[in-house]
Amino acid sequence: MAYNFKEVMEKPDRLTSGHRLCAGCGAPIALRGVLRALEPGDKAVIANATGCVEVSTFTYPCTSFTESYIHSAFECAAATLSGAETAYRALKKRGKIDDTYKFIAFGGDGGTYDIGFQSLSGAMERGHDLVYVCYDNEAYMNTGIQRASSTPRFADVTTAPAGSVIPGKQQNKKNLTEIIAAHNVAYVGQTTFIGNFSDFYEKAHKAIYTPGAAFLNVMAPCPRGWRYPAEKLMEMTKLAVETCVWPLYEVIDGKWIVNYIPKDKKPVEEYLKPQGRFAHMFKPGNEWMIEAVQKEVDRNWEALLTKADSTK
Amino acid sequence: MSIRERLSGNEAIAYCLKQINPDVMGAFPITPSTEIPQYFSAYVANGEVDTEFVAVESEHSAMSCCIGAEAAGARAVTATSSCGLALMWEMLYIAASCRLPITLACVNRTLSGPININNDHSDSMGARDAGWIQIYAENNQEAYDNMCMAMRIGEHPDVMLPVMVCQDGFITSHAIENIELLEDEKVKAFVGEYKPAEYLLHPDHPVAMGPYDTQPYYYEHKYQQVIAMENAKEVIANVFKEFGEMSGRKYDFIEKYMMDDAEEAIVIIGSSAGTAKEAVKRLRAEGKKVGLIKLRVFRPFPAAQIVEALKGVKVVAIMDKADSFNANGGPLFEEVCTSLIGEENIPKVVNYIYGIGGRDVSVETIEEVFTNLDEILKTGNVGQKYRHIGVRGL
Repeated sequence: MAYNFKEVMEKPDRLTSGHRLCAGCGAPIALRGVLRALEPGDKAVIANATGCVEVSTFTYPCTSFTESYIHSAFECAAATLSGAETAYRALKKRGKIDDTYKFIAFGGDGGTYDIGFQSLSGAMERGHDLVYVCYDNEAYMNTGIQRASSTPRFADVTTAPAGSVIPGKQQNKKNLTEIIAAHNVAYVGQTTFIGNFSDFYEKAHKAIYTPGAAFLNVMAPCPRGWRYPAEKLMEMTKLAVETCVWPLYEVIDGKWIVNYIPKDKKPVEEYLKPQGRFAHMFKPGNEWMIEAVQKEVDRNWEALLTKADSTK
Repeated sequence: MSIRERLSGNEAIAYCLKQINPDVMGAFPITPSTEIPQYFSAYVANGEVDTEFVAVESEHSAMSCCIGAEAAGARAVTATSSCGLALMWEMLYIAASCRLPITLACVNRTLSGPININNDHSDSMGARDAGWIQIYAENNQEAYDNMCMAMRIGEHPDVMLPVMVCQDGFITSHAIENIELLEDEKVKAFVGEYKPAEYLLHPDHPVAMGPYDTQPYYYEHKYQQVIAMENAKEVIANVFKEFGEMSGRKYDFIEKYMMDDAEEAIVIIGSSAGTAKEAVKRLRAEGKKVGLIKLRVFRPFPAAQIVEALKGVKVVAIMDKADSFNANGGPLFEEVCTSLIGEENIPKVVNYIYGIGGRDVSVETIEEVFTNLDEILKTGNVGQKYRHIGVRGL
């Protein structure tokens, strides 16, 4: 069935209002959007890694979720959910459960790329019928914008600050989507908020309804950490896609599919410039940093296109 | 009719789990507990159980997986030792605070470092404040029986706490002993079905677990764990009684061996109690008034029973198979001393750290302890209270 923006947006929210996330935060948009992809009548068990979302949506005695929810710790949302999904199969087999449940984990990039990486890799390799959704805001935002392996090169973050000698984070961002694709799981998608959300919605739906392990990586900007005006969220995600900093693609049955190829790939400056975390890159004498970022983005983009081309 | 068999401690645990047929097992190999998931996955592969076995990628994930499974409404079990238990540490507290009655077969092994695969109690003693019930076995029979009883204790609505069923690595886990097994139907009937009040897959309403819990509520939630552990005392007593009626094997929080009229005693946990009983028997044959108290349940701590058992004892050695590195005494010593404070006519107390990293504990080791207790009794002088026995260079 073709995507219908109005119909999708009219679905009842499974992440309700009243949570305490910041204005303009990308995370609740990611969560609400993924949960909209659940079919009416299907229930979900949500596992959540420790992070902004957890502390802001489930402060005792209030929860923002209409679905069953479990938070255990920072690094093990995937393992925790794999246990719940296993219990579902065990109880279903023994005739103790009737309803249809879907299993969805949400973790920030810290809980996914870094401390939760082993647990995620284990759950993906074992092929549990679950979806792990990373809301990637490129730093440890809950503790105050610290460096993660998902933080892009040169970003000014509190444990890799742009100082007078060292200009921010020194390493490139870890390519987690490709690493999970290398697990040969049922479905891998990379998306963000763009246009009428069709790319995002359709990937969430496939991730939830493809049997087996699925991974969805969603760029979910943090206006506080990235230092841009909160209302410009959709401009940031659009620029990330138009510059090919954050390509939209999916990997299904070994096939790499690029979902959007910009007609005119924009230079990375357009994405970097509005963000305070990259401000030092625009000082005279630092042009090499922008060149280095452009080179890395181009290399990754070409490599992705080659993969898509060779697995057609 | 019970079944006479010869099994290792690990086999006994695995066999009991087969009889229980839990919903989910999540486990990771580590010496000396590896055999438990190994035997169990053979039962799964051969269709002798229909448990879902999850071969996770670490012990942290083993406990996380059990937390997710038990939270979802399943009966979940795991097994581990030493560094495996240490890697679970964070999650042990979370399992207890989420009030998830997971059952863990702990095959006690010392903690690294240096790395050593042999037995002492440093792993589970380190986890003593995690909020888990801890039951220790002297031999394979007790390991099997404790596992039979664990779920009835942990899953009781007044308790709802996870349970650690501990036995000594290699000493009982790998030693084959005669054992009396119960019939499958008897075990199944005794253990019963797990029917939690609230769980993630509840048909009538969603359930949220593991909140961000701030100052107005956190303390009350932790206090509920205090009450649960207190409640566990009565539940354990009742389960022991019921098990005794069913199996003919009677257990208590502590076991008193030749304690009537004893003036000198030792308090000890686990397999070394077997060795120590032999020493006590020999000394009794020589006319010495000696006895032994074996602690079976460490959490909740049976303070009242120990105080009662030590009435009339003049000098007691508390045997710790784990050190606290506090320059003061081992964990059992500290808890026994705490239990005695405020009581009348308490014995003189001395602490022995022993058997660390698998250091052999012989009948002679225990006899040496009693010789030292004789000396204390004679002179009235305790001297150094915190002692190490069986270590070279003293």
